[in-house]
Amino acid sequence: MTETLYGISAEVNGTVRAGQVVARTSLVDWLREHLHLTGTHVGCEHGVCGACSVMFDGEPVRSCLMYAVQANGHRVTTVEGLQRPDGQLSVLQDSFCETHALQCGYCTPGMLIAAQALLDANPRPTEHEIREAISGNLCRCTGYQQIVEAIALAAQRMGEDAT
Amino acid sequence: MGHAASPSGFRYIGAKRRTKEDPRFVTGRGRYAADVALPGLKHVALVASPHASARIVSIRTDAARALRGIHYVLTGEEFCATTDSLPIGVDAPKVRRWSLAHERVRYAGEWVAAVVADSRALAEDAAELVEVEYEPLPPILDPEQAMVDGSPLVHPAYGSNVILHRNFVWGPVDDQFAAADHQLEFRAVWSRSATVPIETFAVVGQWNPGTEILDIWASIQMPKFPDQTANALRLPGNAVRVHYDIDVGGSYGVKRGLKHTVLVGYLAKRLGMPVRLVEDRLENMRGGDMHGPDRLFDMKVAFDRDGTIRALKIRAVDNVGAYAGRAPFQLGKPVSAICGPYLIPAIAYEPVAVLTNKTPQEAVRGFGQAPTNFALERTMDRVAQFLNMDRVALRKTNLIRKEQFPYTIPSGSTYDSGDYHTVLDKALAAIDYPALQRRRDAARQAGRLAGIGIATCLEPSGGNSAFEPLLNSKNQTTTWMDSCLVRVDLSGSITGIMGTSSSGQGHETLVSTVIGEILERDPMDIRVVHADSLNALPSNSPVGSRMAIMLGGAAAGAARKIKDALIAIAAHNFECAKEDIAYRDGNASLKGVPEKVLTWGQLVEIAHRKFHAMPPDIEPGLQAKFVWEVPTGGGLPTPDGRIQIYPCYAFEAHIVYVEIDPATAAPTIKQYICGHDCGVMINPDIVHGMTYGGIAHGIGAALYEKFTYDDNGQLTSGTFMDYLIPSALEVPPIRIVDHCTPSPLTTFGQKGSGEAGYLGAPAAVANAVNDALALLGVELNELPLSHLAIFETLCKTTLNKRAPNKRPT
Ligand code: FES
Ligand code: FES
Repeated sequence: MTETLYGISAEVNGTVRAGQVVARTSLVDWLREHLHLTGTHVGCEHGVCGACSVMFDGEPVRSCLMYAVQANGHRVTTVEGLQRPDGQLSVLQDSFCETHALQCGYCTPGMLIAAQALLDANPRPTEHEIREAISGNLCRCTGYQQIVEAIALAAQRMGEDAT
Repeated sequence: MGHAASPSGFRYIGAKRRTKEDPRFVTGRGRYAADVALPGLKHVALVASPHASARIVSIRTDAARALRGIHYVLTGEEFCATTDSLPIGVDAPKVRRWSLAHERVRYAGEWVAAVVADSRALAEDAAELVEVEYEPLPPILDPEQAMVDGSPLVHPAYGSNVILHRNFVWGPVDDQFAAADHQLEFRAVWSRSATVPIETFAVVGQWNPGTEILDIWASIQMPKFPDQTANALRLPGNAVRVHYDIDVGGSYGVKRGLKHTVLVGYLAKRLGMPVRLVEDRLENMRGGDMHGPDRLFDMKVAFDRDGTIRALKIRAVDNVGAYAGRAPFQLGKPVSAICGPYLIPAIAYEPVAVLTNKTPQEAVRGFGQAPTNFALERTMDRVAQFLNMDRVALRKTNLIRKEQFPYTIPSGSTYDSGDYHTVLDKALAAIDYPALQRRRDAARQAGRLAGIGIATCLEPSGGNSAFEPLLNSKNQTTTWMDSCLVRVDLSGSITGIMGTSSSGQGHETLVSTVIGEILERDPMDIRVVHADSLNALPSNSPVGSRMAIMLGGAAAGAARKIKDALIAIAAHNFECAKEDIAYRDGNASLKGVPEKVLTWGQLVEIAHRKFHAMPPDIEPGLQAKFVWEVPTGGGLPTPDGRIQIYPCYAFEAHIVYVEIDPATAAPTIKQYICGHDCGVMINPDIVHGMTYGGIAHGIGAALYEKFTYDDNGQLTSGTFMDYLIPSALEVPPIRIVDHCTPSPLTTFGQKGSGEAGYLGAPAAVANAVNDALALLGVELNELPLSHLAIFETLCKTTLNKRAPNKRPT
């Protein structure tokens, strides 16, 4: 049994990355195993835990539920692409450190993607909106409290920066 | 080691400080076992048993082997002949277990064969082509049924399904029962759930024939892991090198993939190729052997009309599943706090561990204490209800009083310190208890079901597994040490070295804070590394809420040795007594003569380069190791089964308010507060984080999570669609109210907190739901109090209510 290889090319964290994959390769496997972007994690491979979340053309998606070939010609941002261009932590990343919004760090990349997507769409979320936005991302360590605090803090800081 | 008198007297300990670990995780630079990419890496897929109990008639692997990209198909026949069985905690050597089943499968999901291929996808393709012929046998799933003579035996060679059965009687139990005004009895059921980390278990192994070393990278949290891996593989201990610098994506007890690691180690050595096994979620849930306690409690309590509890009789029957490693010991740890925080003078405890055809268990956060606390707290509420007494007043009547510490409980452990009444009062004040009661009553008036739950519970900490010799007299383990090495290099930089991995507990922050505190150097500049097991120091890993105490104590001990050496160097050079040296910020000066000073840099240079300036009794090079035995550890049980188990006891008082939608039966937690006293907190953000997480996990155990099985022994909750982990919408905002009663036994007065929250949350939530249901005259004592269970109860009570009005037909 030989599987056909398909050529794909996508903009990943601002750089065009090309590769050859078999049709059944998931997007998360391509990112992790082929591009060695291991910041994106795998928790369930059935679309529930959110650990594999990445930005796809600016929208959060579950990369375990997508095929790598679907990314052909699209723009993907992973946790490795969230820092500022100068390499400093983003406001959101720094806020996660400030409130200790993580323990084992396993859900963190997906949480950051979900939170970033929220703040992009809604710069001043209420606590309930924050909880709703991350409710598709499971964390077993934190009980979510310090994550909610971090996102609220990031929103506040970004608001201050904007004024 | 005494503790400092005032927690506020510390420089770094207890302050709000960022952790050392967080920055690498928020940038995606954690390094987990599944991230280890070695050249030529091969991948394992598993063939799992579809039957809960069956004889393996034959296994045909030719079709699988014929696929391209397949390197090996391993079955139990070869594996069991060339490796040793995995260790078992209790005294039942005939209950043997290997990574792969041989001749017989004992639970659905048990591994039967392993396929190695160029990719995981190819390995899975081949696994589907492995043909296994089974002769199904009747499974036994119910523990009480399994105890009955004539039931199918899970391990016929062992001759019984009961793998542990003891009767402990501590104090005059029968006398107390005879003298008490009242007694009552009931059954409480803690269903099978687990910590279920978001990362499944992953392990990579590589054998180097040149050095004859097996390198292991694994998501492991386990004492004695390298030794047990080596033993099973029939290798000397120094042929296995476990890399403890791997980040573990959550564990809370369960990441003990010994069977995974022995399998991968075997394949890596056999094939001469690096091999990786990463569980998928179903493998993890079904065959990952990480389920937690599955326990029936028969509780009997004797008490007086003023609410004084006189005695308890506890029978705990745990369904440990098809094999037993350390899991039955989870009936042992609760001996350490068998009466909870209460003054109960006499207790009988009958722990029973039963083998069935369910997935084997592993250590789960609290190691059996959370279920016991749930049963105890349901008992307290039942007594209060019986006496029509306020639940807070009942608890206050029975809580051990501040002036009674240190307090020895009937089963032999001495509680180090506490101020339970104050912590409970602080929690009540913070939630404004009278207002909360008014809120509940108003909700009830408005037709909603509303309830308040209270739980006052203990968290034994300091991880000393003295329950091993208590439950297995052949086991004489009395040390459960941990250690740290501190080195100062020629540049003056400090490195702390620990001998185990971390799974989110912030050990690098812990060790650097403690070393910084002692040496008066900024913790942010102190690096902390995890040595591999061949370079490492004795450690028993972060189990049993022990690292703040044990690793913290070891780091302090090693740092003190460094400080003593620096003072000795200064004294030698100033030709004065060590007592005449003032040490400040790493510099050493002659007391009263501040200009006579050797700076940190100068002292370090003497130690590394200037032997002529060194005192004769100090080793050159600045490096010190400290191995610490658990305080109060070292003893064996008395003949009547009394033993000091854990050294330190943290206390938590939970108050929770729940409303149940009368139409849908959905429970919602509206308010949650936790009064918490774990002594001196080294990093409050870390302690609070673990407590929030423990509460969230406890809410899961109380309301949502259960490994369900059908009658054939098939796991029916193997995905996150049916095993429900609470999300940010189910977990409410939580308020923690801190209190600090330092432990007299630890370096800084700290106690453990890794299991905080989880030890009381299930009890508190269950009590709240029952307070709500009490209006209807019904009670639910089986966790989880799921939406469905509540719904069915509501339906029944509504039907019962309506029944008298029904027209006769
Ligand atoms: S791994 Fe994709 S949602 Fe869980
Ligand atoms: S930080 Fe561990 S799962 Fe979220």
